[in-house]
Amino acid sequence: MVNIKILGSGCANCKRLEAVVRKIIAAQGATAEIEKVTEYAEIMKYPILSTPGLVINGKLLSAGRIPPEADIVGWLAQAAAPA
Amino acid sequence: MENQAVNRRLIPNRSDILVYLKLAVVAVVWWAAYSVLLPVTQWLTYDVLRLARGSHLGDAVAFFIYDVPKILLLLSGMIFLISILRTFFSPERTRALLGGKRQGIGNVLAALLGIVTPFCSCSAVPLFIGFVESGIPLGVTFSFLIAAPTINEVAVVMLYGLFGWRVAGLYIASGLIIAIIAGAIIGQLKLERYVEDFVWQLQAAQGGFEEKLTWSERISRAWDSVKDIVGKVWLYVVVGIAVGAGIHGYVPESALVGIMGKQAWWSVPAAVLLGIPLYSNAAGVIPVVSALMEKGASLGTVLAFMMSVVGLSLPETIILRRVLKPQLIAVFIGVVGLAIIITGYLFNWVM
Repeated sequence: MVNIKILGSGCANCKRLEAVVRKIIAAQGATAEIEKVTEYAEIMKYPILSTPGLVINGKLLSAGRIPPEADIVGWLAQAAAPA
Repeated sequence: MENQAVNRRLIPNRSDILVYLKLAVVAVVWWAAYSVLLPVTQWLTYDVLRLARGSHLGDAVAFFIYDVPKILLLLSGMIFLISILRTFFSPERTRALLGGKRQGIGNVLAALLGIVTPFCSCSAVPLFIGFVESGIPLGVTFSFLIAAPTINEVAVVMLYGLFGWRVAGLYIASGLIIAIIAGAIIGQLKLERYVEDFVWQLQAAQGGFEEKLTWSERISRAWDSVKDIVGKVWLYVVVGIAVGAGIHGYVPESALVGIMGKQAWWSVPAAVLLGIPLYSNAAGVIPVVSALMEKGASLGTVLAFMMSVVGLSLPETIILRRVLKPQLIAVFIGVVGLAIIITGYLFNWVM
């Protein structure tokens, strides 16, 4: 199962990013594990200086912005595809 | 849905051309709107609404009808250009540039990078931790954290639109100097022990998060940030200009000389104190202040007020409290506040 982490301590954009991700997952009828990471000690384990951060299967894919939905869809497709 | 995503990657050219076309159309419309603004708004006020030139109401309405579209057009245009510039910078790249720099040159570089690096005060904590953990001196980090919010695009563009390029330039220059000097002082005071202990114990990941962007991606991102920023501030701009227009039309000339003029020595510190809690209304405050200046408020007092509104913001200090002990917060507010007050007096004295 795809594991998604939203890095960010309750900023407005962090909540919006989470909503966008949940919407995409729901639209695809897919299942994914979505985690909100709000502890700075955990967030800073990724090379990130601005929130929100989007991590899919352990890989940091965007930082400091809400990526376009098409990009998120693409990353999810890549993550779900068998290696 | 999957196909769509794959197509986006495989055939980038078509969507790129669309982005460029959209940009060209928007640029032409923007330019046309900006050039007919003055005649159209004059015609609206004096011919359509039949208001008399020189009357209180006529002046106030003309001011409002002209300034609202002008400022909103300027904001969208300039924020677009600034956002394009900012796609070439990132907090990660700035950290790499500041790595290994000493006090002094590091403070100067940090303040300059604070202008161009995309920054949101909501990210101040991860940025602070990432900077100090990678060995950037505390004072240099503060120079960045003071310059980045103070010299922000909304404030600078509105100053340019309502006061002209000289005041906007003075604002940028004094913001830079305050950030450099306040950062240097904080660095000299050796206050590392007043950073919350957990910051030093964290194991922050090093290394950068780099993205390669095409030009059409830069344009799309700049477009998004225009929508985001203008969407957030437009209401403040309209309300601020409405209040400013009222002052412009109804408050008598030189009514404010006594309380906000050069002679009133206490006006600068009072302006700074008043500015601290007003952060979220920076966009609304500038048009009001611009009208106040017309009525006798002095430039130094006005600049000090604006710097305190945007630079010493309550929300940012509350966010920074997560990583700084109260003593360091107090030093931060004290040093920056003092620097702003001195700048205010300096302008009142010189100009």
